[in-house]
Amino acid sequence: MARTDVQLMLDVKAGDEQSFELLLRKYRTPLVNFLYRMVRDSAVAEDLAQEVFLRVYRARKEYAPSAKFTTWMFRIATNLALNSVRDNRHRQLEISMDHTVDAGGDEQPAMEVPDRRPTVEQQLVERTRSELILRAVHALPEKQRAAVLLHKYQELDYDEIARILVCSESALKSLLFRAYETLRVELAPLINSAGVSSNVR
Amino acid sequence: MSNTERNVERTAERVAERIKERCAGMEGKLVEYLDGRAKPAERRAVEEHLAGCSSCRNRAEEFRALWGALDDLPVISPSPAFDASLRARIAAEPARRGFWGWLPSPRLAFAVTALVAMSVWMASMPRVVTDRTEMSRSLVEADFGMIRDLPVLENYDVLSKFDALSELPAPPNALAAGEVANETRE
Repeated sequence: MARTDVQLMLDVKAGDEQSFELLLRKYRTPLVNFLYRMVRDSAVAEDLAQEVFLRVYRARKEYAPSAKFTTWMFRIATNLALNSVRDNRHRQLEISMDHTVDAGGDEQPAMEVPDRRPTVEQQLVERTRSELILRAVHALPEKQRAAVLLHKYQELDYDEIARILVCSESALKSLLFRAYETLRVELAPLINSAGVSSNVR
Repeated sequence: MSNTERNVERTAERVAERIKERCAGMEGKLVEYLDGRAKPAERRAVEEHLAGCSSCRNRAEEFRALWGALDDLPVISPSPAFDASLRARIAAEPARRGFWGWLPSPRLAFAVTALVAMSVWMASMPRVVTDRTEMSRSLVEADFGMIRDLPVLENYDVLSKFDALSELPAPPNALAAGEVANETRE
């Protein structure tokens, strides 16, 4: 009979390195994908996924099965991803401000550059379907993005996701509704092309 | 506008408001209904609402289509070096520390040990402190005695140097005068 994640982690706590290997094998791909969809950089996602496993390993002696293993692990992953996204945004803001200063005061500030992104229809022509979806998911506010990824791709229970995102279950359901509603609008051409009637917007 | 028209308008507003409230309630229920995790009672409530609300029905259909589209997102695989890199990071972790391991360095361990030893040594010397206390007490008492006798000494000094006493007329009885002089000196 297969051991549960909690049992595996308790075995790791007792010194069984092989159980850690099993957890690693089971969760490395879901973790890397979750983190990649959060940060949109495969190298950063791998680095963060390793950091998650490292923290799990470090904390093995203090592990207490008060929640599901996935809740604990994805909570670490979500916090790391959110910190990484915020650090990266801060770094990009600094770079764009530096460029503005270097270019002289007459230039328009980087924050006010008009949005010249192609429309969704143009993107449909230019980019692949998966790239469009990934962009739309990544454009969601961070907490909504994490909620969608944990709900749609990891299929975690509502109480688990709520614990990971530190909110109530009802707040999570509203968060998910708003996130899917945004995606429904943003990806309307994809949905329509799939042959679904639409009265979007 | 006739009364009937006004009533119809009010009714339409109430209905629209009720529909709006009912649709707002869908915000917390629709996703759970669509992913099949809603409880039977909630499921029935959503189905009843969808049967009478074309807007929410369309939204539900589009959510399903959206989820189908989201399934198209490709799954990436960790690089072949992932496990090896993780093992290297784990191996680079410092070994599990025991009680002495929590001390940052041998120097600090020595310093802590020396401090503890010195504290024990000092704590084992209460007599020295007592003797010192007694010594200081006797010194204080000697000082206090001197201060207490000071008026007497001052009186002796004043009286022995008081010229008016030497100018007193000689007593008729020399012996008596000698006694008086002695008493004055005392």
